[in-house]
Amino acid sequence: MNSPDSSDFETLAALPDEALLDRLQRGAFGYLTEYTNPENGLVADTSRPGSPCSIAVVGFTLSCYPIAVERGWMARAAAAAQTLQALRFFHGSQQSDRPDATGFKGFYYHFLDMQSGRRVWQCELSLVDSALLMAGIVTAGRYFSGGGDETEIRALCDELYGRVDWRWAENGQATISQGWKPECAFLHYGWEGYNEATILYVLGLGSPTHRLSKESFAGWTSTYQWENLLGQDVLYSGPLFTHLFSHAWVDYRGIRDSFMREKDSDYFENSKRTIAIHREYCARNPRGFEGYDRDLWGITAGDGPGNRELRQSSRDRRFFGYMSRGAPYGPDDGTIAPWAMLATVPFGAAAALDGTRHLLRAYPEVCTQDRFSSGFNPTLAERGNSWLSEGWFGLDQGLLVMMIENHRSGLIWEITRGAPCVRAGLKLAGFDGGWLA
Amino acid sequence: MSLDVMQDEFLRRVRPAAWKNPAPKSVYDLAVLGAGPAGLAAAESAAREGYTVALIERYRLGGNSLNAGSIPSKAIIGTSRLFAAMRFGEEYGVPLSGKPPTDFAAVMARMRRIRTRIAEYHSVERCRAEGIDVFFGDARFAGRNSLLAADTRLHFKKAIVATGARPRAAAIPGLDQVRYLTSDTIFDLAELPKRLGVIGGGPLGCELAQAFCRLGSHVTILQNAPKFLPREERDAAELLSMSLSRDGVETRLNTTVAGARPGKHGKLLDAVNDDLKFSIPVDEILLSVGRIPNVEELDLPAAGIDCEDGGIKVDDFLQTSNADVYAAGDVCKSLKFTNIAETSGRMAVRNALGEEGGRQSHLLIPWCTYCSPEIAHIGMRVKEARQRAISVKSYTVMMQDVDRAITDAQDDGFVKVYVREGTDTIIGATIVAARASEMINEMSVVMSAGIGMRQLANILHTYPAQSDAIRLAALAYVANQSGSTSGLERR
Repeated sequence: MNSPDSSDFETLAALPDEALLDRLQRGAFGYLTEYTNPENGLVADTSRPGSPCSIAVVGFTLSCYPIAVERGWMARAAAAAQTLQALRFFHGSQQSDRPDATGFKGFYYHFLDMQSGRRVWQCELSLVDSALLMAGIVTAGRYFSGGGDETEIRALCDELYGRVDWRWAENGQATISQGWKPECAFLHYGWEGYNEATILYVLGLGSPTHRLSKESFAGWTSTYQWENLLGQDVLYSGPLFTHLFSHAWVDYRGIRDSFMREKDSDYFENSKRTIAIHREYCARNPRGFEGYDRDLWGITAGDGPGNRELRQSSRDRRFFGYMSRGAPYGPDDGTIAPWAMLATVPFGAAAALDGTRHLLRAYPEVCTQDRFSSGFNPTLAERGNSWLSEGWFGLDQGLLVMMIENHRSGLIWEITRGAPCVRAGLKLAGFDGGWLA
Repeated sequence: MSLDVMQDEFLRRVRPAAWKNPAPKSVYDLAVLGAGPAGLAAAESAAREGYTVALIERYRLGGNSLNAGSIPSKAIIGTSRLFAAMRFGEEYGVPLSGKPPTDFAAVMARMRRIRTRIAEYHSVERCRAEGIDVFFGDARFAGRNSLLAADTRLHFKKAIVATGARPRAAAIPGLDQVRYLTSDTIFDLAELPKRLGVIGGGPLGCELAQAFCRLGSHVTILQNAPKFLPREERDAAELLSMSLSRDGVETRLNTTVAGARPGKHGKLLDAVNDDLKFSIPVDEILLSVGRIPNVEELDLPAAGIDCEDGGIKVDDFLQTSNADVYAAGDVCKSLKFTNIAETSGRMAVRNALGEEGGRQSHLLIPWCTYCSPEIAHIGMRVKEARQRAISVKSYTVMMQDVDRAITDAQDDGFVKVYVREGTDTIIGATIVAARASEMINEMSVVMSAGIGMRQLANILHTYPAQSDAIRLAALAYVANQSGSTSGLERR
């Protein structure tokens, strides 16, 4: 990694909004092309040596190619070719209950070998990560509307999405399981309370072939809790990413399901309020973490210092590795995801940009090659340097590219608004109003 | 007082060695089977009203609560909290050199002193002084209005079954062979286990896991569910998980114990987490997977008493299928807490004796798990409200924003007050705080009195006080009604 020069960051932070966004968006996109295997379209989970592919990162990448085309970073034919490479891989990959297959029942294992595309780490068949992959596939199928390669793209997208057996994933329960393994079948983990899974339900309900039961979404939302918290009326979920992932694809402005109609709100507004809570929490900084401020926040899932403890100023500090952090209930160990503030830009540009500029000036080391690291922790400083996650994580980069684009042009939202499965899924989940009317 | 003397004193109060059962009266107004919190409350209440009462107890007065439940566990927890507080001495300006050693014998002796002291309030002598005929021995029904108390036939006009519950066994291969502890036996330990495996993440399992960890055991807790305390809401259970981990408890959620076997040093628990199989070496095992009602030896059919879900079937008035027999406490209640047992004992006796005892469905029940922080709840939960189509909003105050919690360095947790939307009616509350067991009682009073959020906001509290968090929640309600989003409605 190049060592940043602080003057570079002063320059970066001083850029006008649009220029700053463009530079950081392009920097993030650079990860997706740099860490893609051109032979099969698989994208590495992280930039660390030996990293496997994360299917969710592939989903983000497939959604980012249209952005790259529209921004002029990539020729349309090249983007289509790269998209096709990934789709052909998934189409031809092994779908079976064998422990080294790539997927089963149309879903895919969370992590795949970058070369062979086979399951690694005995990981789970991940339903939510498969949904993120499918969201990318649906986006690609909708965007590439031309002939030639693009005709094949649409056909493969329809086939890959159509063969996902969402109903099977219900496993006869009220809500969807979080995963499945050939060694032990469905995992015990269930969903309780709001989280990033809305896109999973929308795509599952919108399936033309194996759709989820209509009751599944109601089963999940029955676990919701409407809360007045730090002055905001909100559907609470602690980690910021849970308020962002589904929004990377779906424009929730003005559309409401039964729960949000009852609360006279919508999921977009809910993310805005959540951001207000996170900023207020960091301003109050009840645990006394270094750096926290109304303009320095970003508590979410991401890399962390690892399981270690520290006695500091007579206090026990406990740190965690990669985990889902949240506010204000925690867990919180003082680790900030530096990309997170900017990823909220569609919900409020001023807060996102003020925070990002403050971050770039105060902790320039979090951004190298115009890409943010997964996490840093100024409370855990050694020889004057905050703990800093090594390299970059693909999920962060993909989400950032999409959220910046949704703020700048609304491109992805526009694409998915026209996707029949997204519209059908939202309607079956009970959404109406706004652009769905 | 030596240990032997203390134990003698304890037994003198709960089960005197030389006790001789009294000669029975020809017929009792009330026979009470079981002298735990429900049975004692029922017997004492009836005796004070002038009824003739026979109280039959198989083991010792006080039931599980005094002998192997609430009292001994809270005594141990009290000590363990001191150990935990000492960890932070340096922050308070009281630096301690090294980790203090644990004198486990002294810890247990303190617990026994406390238990002996509390036993006096419902001792056998006091019962006798109240006019209660106390019979020690097994009880079983011999007819619709008669029973055998240690082979002595007693006739009754009305009876209350309050035989409580016992620790549930688990079908874990090998567990019986390696031997394990339950809440009935763990308080008899003579040495602190170096490594303790706790099977079950319910209230007692979590409380004792944390307490023994703080006393110095290496504790692993295994829970066959995605969260601890399945009855509690997600945020509370997750806070507890974090708290247990911070104390050093190894938490294993979604983990099933598939077997137990002797190890090279101690015992091994074979566990499965989805597809991951592993073994945990321990010296002692605490099995805490719930409690089952004590009904098997009562010969309930002889009295025409039906059972349901393993316990005695009762109606809303606690009456069994035998119109002359009522039941109270753990033997018939799904929520097995001392306060519920005691209240249901009083309710059952009034209903049995023709007075207005009330309906159990009208009870407003607070409960608490005594971990650090404590987790307490009262009234309806959000999920229940939503299932009943009641629109509800939670008003939350984080303890980290409460001045007294900050000064006490006890700022983990929250107060959530559940309010029916469109009204200021409180339908429930969850409190996670150092003393949630005390704070929830304010909610009990407020809800029983029908006080709404507007009125609550105007009720003065001492300052600073952790219970002020409740008033802050009410102030948040008032601010919310006026459209404020500052989140700083304090004073």
